[in-house]
Parts: sequence; C-alpha cells; structure tokens
Amino acid sequence: MSSKKPCTPPDSDGVPNKTRRDFLKKSSFLTAAAFVPVTVVNAAVNQWDEKLASVFEKTSLHLEVNGVPLNLSVEPRTTLLDLLREQLNLTGTKKGCDRGQCGACTVHADGLRINSCLSLAVTNEGKKITTIEGLSKGQELHPMQEAFIKHDGFQCGYCTPGQIMSAVALIKEGHAGSEMEIREFMSGNICRCGAYPNIVNAIQEVKKGGLS
Amino acid sequence: MMSDQPLIGQPISRLEGHLKVTGTAKYAGEYNVPGLLYGYVINSTITKGKISSINTKIAKALPGVIEVFTHENRPSLAWFDMQYSDMDAPPGSPFRPLHTADIKYNGQPIALVVAETFELARYAASCVEIKYTEEPFSTDLKENIDKARAPQPGLATFLKPLPPKPKGDFEKAYNDSFAKASGEFYHGTEHHNPLELFSTTTIYEGQGKLTIYDKTQGTINSQLYVGNIFGLHFKDVRVIAPYVGGGFGSGLRPQYQLFLSVMAALELKRPVRVTLERNQMYTFGHRPPTIQNTRFGADANGKITALNHSAIAETSQFEDYTEVVVNWSNMLYPAENTLMEYKLVPLDVYSPLDMRAPGGSTGSHAIESTMDELAYKLNIDPIELRLINYAETDTSVGRPYSSKELRQCFIQGAEKFGWSNRNPEPRSMRRGNKLVGYGMATGIWESMQLPARAEAILTKEGKLLVSSAVTDIGTGTLTVMTQIAADELGLPLADVTFSYGDSKMPFAPIQGGSFTVSTVGSAIKAAGKALRKKLFKKAKDIKNSPLKGTDLEDVVFKNGDIISKNNPALRVSFQDILALNKGAIKTTNTSLPKAFKLKKYSRAAHSAAFVEVEVDEQLGVVTVTRSLTAVAAGNIINPKTARSQILGGMVWGISKALREETITDYKLGKYMNQNLAEYHIPVHADLHDMDVIFVEEKDEIINELGSKGVGEIGIVGMPPAIANAIFHATGKRINQFPIHFDSLL
Repeated sequence: MSSKKPCTPPDSDGVPNKTRRDFLKKSSFLTAAAFVPVTVVNAAVNQWDEKLASVFEKTSLHLEVNGVPLNLSVEPRTTLLDLLREQLNLTGTKKGCDRGQCGACTVHADGLRINSCLSLAVTNEGKKITTIEGLSKGQELHPMQEAFIKHDGFQCGYCTPGQIMSAVALIKEGHAGSEMEIREFMSGNICRCGAYPNIVNAIQEVKKGGLS
Repeated sequence: MMSDQPLIGQPISRLEGHLKVTGTAKYAGEYNVPGLLYGYVINSTITKGKISSINTKIAKALPGVIEVFTHENRPSLAWFDMQYSDMDAPPGSPFRPLHTADIKYNGQPIALVVAETFELARYAASCVEIKYTEEPFSTDLKENIDKARAPQPGLATFLKPLPPKPKGDFEKAYNDSFAKASGEFYHGTEHHNPLELFSTTTIYEGQGKLTIYDKTQGTINSQLYVGNIFGLHFKDVRVIAPYVGGGFGSGLRPQYQLFLSVMAALELKRPVRVTLERNQMYTFGHRPPTIQNTRFGADANGKITALNHSAIAETSQFEDYTEVVVNWSNMLYPAENTLMEYKLVPLDVYSPLDMRAPGGSTGSHAIESTMDELAYKLNIDPIELRLINYAETDTSVGRPYSSKELRQCFIQGAEKFGWSNRNPEPRSMRRGNKLVGYGMATGIWESMQLPARAEAILTKEGKLLVSSAVTDIGTGTLTVMTQIAADELGLPLADVTFSYGDSKMPFAPIQGGSFTVSTVGSAIKAAGKALRKKLFKKAKDIKNSPLKGTDLEDVVFKNGDIISKNNPALRVSFQDILALNKGAIKTTNTSLPKAFKLKKYSRAAHSAAFVEVEVDEQLGVVTVTRSLTAVAAGNIINPKTARSQILGGMVWGISKALREETITDYKLGKYMNQNLAEYHIPVHADLHDMDVIFVEEKDEIINELGSKGVGEIGIVGMPPAIANAIFHATGKRINQFPIHFDSLL
C-alpha cells in the first residue's frame, strides 16, 4: 500500500541494493579477500552476498525482558514490538497500527511507557523492558489487572495489555490525580470497543488503593 | 428456576478476563509455529483498470523470499460465484482475490509476497514492479445520484427486508398536514477499524488438511468459504477463533487475508501467516455513505399522519449490499400514509459491509432528527411527541410487538437524566461561555434468531461441558453461555466449561446483528434441557430409584442432585447416575426459531438516548458532557457485560455524530485517511459522564430466554440525540455527520 518504495532501483543485472552490495564488496573481509570479479558475478547470481549481508547486518542486542537477561542478534529494521511478538513469542504486546497511533503496543522501557512499535529494537541496548507478561507475579495478578477484570475494563481484550501498561505507568508518573487527568493522560490508548468509562473506574480504584 | 440463585441476571465478570489482562489470550496472528512464513499483501494503487505487467523477479531473487503470488501464477480455483459466497454475502458476484488482471477498486489486493520474516516480506513487496492501464471510474455518491436504482433481491433480503409498500396517499396527507418537518441527511464512509489487525495463520497439516487461526465473526463461515474455493473437504478445514480483537461487522464475511494465507499454505505446504497493516484495513468492507430525505406531517394534536423516508446508498459494482434504513419510522410511529424508498448507486468501491447497527443507526439519524424538528414545529416536548405517536403495535406490517417497554425507557431515562430541567428554547441554557443543550432520541433494533446447534456433556467427574462453534468478539459470549448452561443443569459456574470458537464444534451462524444470545443461547438451553431429560430418565432407571413415579416437572436440579420438589429427601445425585452409566452422558441439540409463532409478532429492542452537550460559542467545539441510554431488551443475562455493550455502543454513537469518517479523494478514487491518527475515533479525553439503565421487560414469545440481544441498540439512538442536543444548544440543525466545529461557527 505504501507509495514510498524502499526497494532500491535495480541495476543493469536486475539485482537490487547496489549500495549494499558495493558496501559489502568494499568492507567485507571475505569478499575482498576471496572474490575476484568473476566470482563476484557468480556470487550475485547465487545471492551469496545477500546471505552474507543477512549475517553482517544483524546487530547484537542486550536486553532484559521481564527480568530475564537476553543476548540477541537482531536486524536493525526490526521494531521492539516485532522482536517481542515474533522472536520472543511475547504476543501479549499487541500491534494495532504499527504507527504509534493506538497504544496497543505500550510496554515499559526502564520504567517509562513507550510505544514499542515506534522503537527500533537495537535502540534499546541495555534497557529493562517490561511487557504485560511480566506484570503479574506468577499467578498473582497486579492490582491493575484485578481492577480491569472487576470493572469490566475491556471487551475484545486487544487494547487491554496496552491500556494496563499505560495505566500502571500513569499512576507512577503522578498523572492519575483526577478523573479528567486520567482521561487526558490515557488518551494515547485507543479502545474501539468503547470500554473507556470502565477503564477509568479501574484506574481510579487502583489509585485510591495506593498503588505505587 | 434451577437453583436458589439463578446465574442468569447476575453481573458476573468475564470468565476469560484473566487471560485477557495477562496477555495470554491468543489472537489469530499470534500462533507462532516453527517454520512460519510471513505473507505481505500488495494492493492496487489505481481504482479501475487492468494490471498490464507485474514484475516479481527482483523480489523473488531476494534470499528468504519464498514466492510472490499474483493473478498470473495463482493456483486454479473454484469457478462459480456461489463457491465464493458466504453467510453474509449480498446478491451479486463476490470479489475474488488474485482472480484476473482486472482492478475493481483502489486498494484491491493484487499480490502476496511470502518470505521467511515479516520484515523481509514487507521489503520485498516494495520490489515488485506493477504497471497498470487505467480506466475512468466513479466513487462519489453525491455526483452519481442519477444512477440510483432498486436493489436486486436475494437471500440476504430474508434478514434485510426491502421497504414496505406505500400506504394511503402520502403526498396528499403531507400537504394537508398541520405541521411539517423535513430534512436531507448525509453521512460518509465509515470503517470498522477493530483494534486487532485482520490476520490469518494457516497451518498446513498435510493431506489436504488445514488448521486455520482466523480473525472472523464466524468459524464455520470461514470453514465453508475455504472448503468451497479450494475444493477441500469441510471436515479437513478447521477454523479456530476463540479470541477476536473486535469485529463490529468487519468479520462477518471472510476477508482476503484468509484466502491469501490458505492459498499460500496449500501451495507451499508450509504454515503461512498473513496480517494486514492498518491502512489495508480500509481495503475491504465499510459502512456505505448514504443520503436520506424525510418528510413527516402531523395534525394539530401532534398525531403523525404522513411519513416519507427515502435513502440512496452506495454499493459496489459487483454486489448489491443493502441495509434496512427506511423501514423503521413506521415501526416506531403509526401513520396512515407512508412512502418508503430505498435505492442503490453502484460505484467503483469494494462492497459495503454490515457495521454496528447497519441501516438502523443510519435511519435513526434521519427519523429522530426529523421528529425533533417536528416537536419544535408543534411546540410539543420531544418525549411527549413520541408518546402521542407511541406504536402499541407495529403498523408497518400490522403485527403486535412481542414486548415493548419503550415507554418505561422514556420515563425512567428522563427522570434519571433530569430532562425536566430543560428549557426547550434553543440557546437558552448556558454554562460560562458554553452553550448547553439537551437532546433525546429513540432507538430500535430488530431482534432476530437463527438456527444453531450445541452440545452438552456431563463428564464422568460430574462437570458440564457445553460447546458451540460461535466466536466471542468481546461481547461476553463465553460468560453468558456459561451462565445459561449452568442454570439449566443447576450447577455452580465453576463446574461448567463452555468451549467455543472452533468450526469442529456444533454449528453456529456468524456472530452479528445482536442475535447471538437468542441464537446460540437458545441452542445451549435446548442442549441443556435434553441433557436434563436424559439424566432424569437415567435417574429413574436406577434400581429402587427414589424418584420412581415422579415427572421431570416435579424435580429440581441443584448442585449435582436431582431432587423431588415435594419431598427433598428423595434425590438422586449425578454421581449415582454416572456410576451406573459407563462414561460421560452427551446430547447434541439444534434450536430452531419458532418461525410460525414468531411470524405473528414484530420483535425489537428499544432504547431512549439522552444527551447533554456543551458547545463553545466562539470555537464551535462540541463536548458530550453527559449521556444516558435507557434500554428495553428483554431479559438481561449478564448486566455487567450487557452494560459494557451499551456503553460501547454509546461511544460509537458519539463517534458517528462527531468524529469518524473515511474521506475519499474522488479524483483518485482513494480513501485519504487510512490510519488511526486521521480516522478520528473517540479517545479517553472525549468521554465524560455516561450511564445505562435496563428497564424491566418480560418477553415470553421471543425465545425461551426472553432475551433480545444488546450489541447494536446502544448506538442507534445516540447520534440523533447528539444532533438534537446541538440544535437545542445552538439553534443550528446540522444534518451531515460527523458534525464538526466549522459548521457551528
């Protein structure tokens, strides 16, 4: 659907990404050491350089996710959201728009709420990430999770992890002082089912209960 | 009554709540299996014409790209239109993805890139070169009114009757009437935008067998669709969808990601997931833009004598999608002279699709705004005018209502809202620099019931298992069905499990139209009843059974015992029965609507919506500061989840009146705001004081549960109530939705 075409126009042999191939030719030790021009052509045909690129282009990343330290190798173009969902199988964090417009992907990075779809995974080096899966202690739910169930703060449940992560951070930020303040500072989290009044009730109850 | 405290009627928290608040409830695009491939859809950037060439060579050359499917290399598939049809297909020729080089609408899916990772598939899609030959097209309803024609009838007409025939002489009666009110109304295209992106994960199981995790409002609908198109045995196609991240109608028809995911999985013999992007969520069904005209005439006492309501709606060039827009006014208000008209204009867009209260929320906008105008012309209070014209029977078809407590909605709603504080004079009420307005409107939604099956099993441990293929799109189906089943066997909630969202379970139709409780709930009640009968028979068959000589009517089922009403000492426990019966006891039952009985009645849920708005006099900004909806929808199975349904519907009403609209660039034939930043829906800050009342309504006709369903009724009355409140506040009657501040300056 995108009108912007990230695909680099192909060069004469019909293979895209000339710049990346050039870069590899110049910088890759293996390429420089082993490939004479003929073999470079062969490599292009057999797409070896792309295979090499996929290895070279992965970056190491150290993250702590829900208290578990991880040493990962990720592509720079992978978002934190896709890393969580597709590679770490933490599908509790939802993708609703992939553009930072709905808040379904809200997680905590070093305690601050962020839209994980707007954050490239590699920019989170060394950070502590908490997702919805890391909020409860074993079977014991976080008070916010309990309050959402009690107040029926969801219907389809798809925005719910994002709402809860946002709500927990909201109280820590000191932005749950009044009903109006809660509504204002929760407005980055869209709920299409329209559970908003119940969500606000849930947050107010947790706030009154003195959640820190 | 099955036990001392029936579970029906209790505000039980959602049984899947724990899974949803911990992120462990899995949605269609979240089944990660080894070797999973990712499909990325390419959509047409032109509106009409042909693909003249499509070059996939570069994309295919990228390592990790498995295949690029287009109309040129897709497998040979089913031939006939009927095979592409589904339970919610309008008359016509259903759209077939990757069928030919023809482009029928902007955003049409034209290729699927399948790769090892999502990022690679997305990148490779940008490497596919497409050239088109463009043809002229039309996407503007207002510019094509002259092409309006009657819709072709079809199977869909069964649930969506065409307008009733004219009665009396409308034109004469209208001309002779003491007071007249009329208006032209318009709303643009709207898209469902459930928060979950449409997604299908297809697992290729070998030997033509598939397990499909689909975002759908009907597992069996998707199963039949896939079986028909790909020539698979239905039993080999299993569609699973227990958690659905919102539907609102968008999942009533199988969408193209299902087709593409299944096609790729079958061709590649590997698991394939296709997830749409948010902008692609605007490339299938939508609420059609509709132009409506009304003319209502009344005598000096306020009695309505003449009703005319006509609507012209958009449809696609390949299907005649229809809605019931103009039939409602005469259901609500008796009039001797009526003229109802409904026409379609086919345009170069995708077929419209049922969206929350399809037709009803459209029609009520025009009807209830015109009623408000009429009240002003007559100088009668808007509630009073509705009471003067209160339809004790449905005069549009000459049938009584199975039940109708709308009057109580007016009375209780007005009381709690404080309607009596309203000074009817426009611009008469203020709060600081804000104009304050009160508005109200009536809502109506037909209560339907379809056939369904359900299974009930008493396990050897004495637990009750019930099942149906139905989904739970967030309406509370799991919880409500569990309550119904538990009451039927007199068991506590903890001893009952409801399994759902799986096409291998007993048949359920698509989940929509507010008919799931009446349809699936009735099937579960029937299965539970059959199981009671079976258990009772087995209890009597026990040697020296204490229940010998008693009838089913003379016993109660309570906490795993069958107890004589006359002498509670006489009882047989489920355990006694199970001990003699080797293994579990099972029944499967079909519930059919009692068509002959029901045909004699009109059946509908009603509501009265009350709204207070503040309008900033300088800036024109509208805030819905208070809203209340009083609902009469029969027996409310779960007041907690039902209340949430109504609240959600009210939020949709605010959205429809003030926020949401898909904007089309008619020169490009393309939707311009295909994202959640520019497609405005309410956020937390837009909502203020909201309240719901359920008035008591007994209905012994509609179904055994006496329940009407509440999925749509919450939205119906809200948009006109808001428009009426804005009129009261400002003296300006704005008949075009959404109402923006600029029209109030």
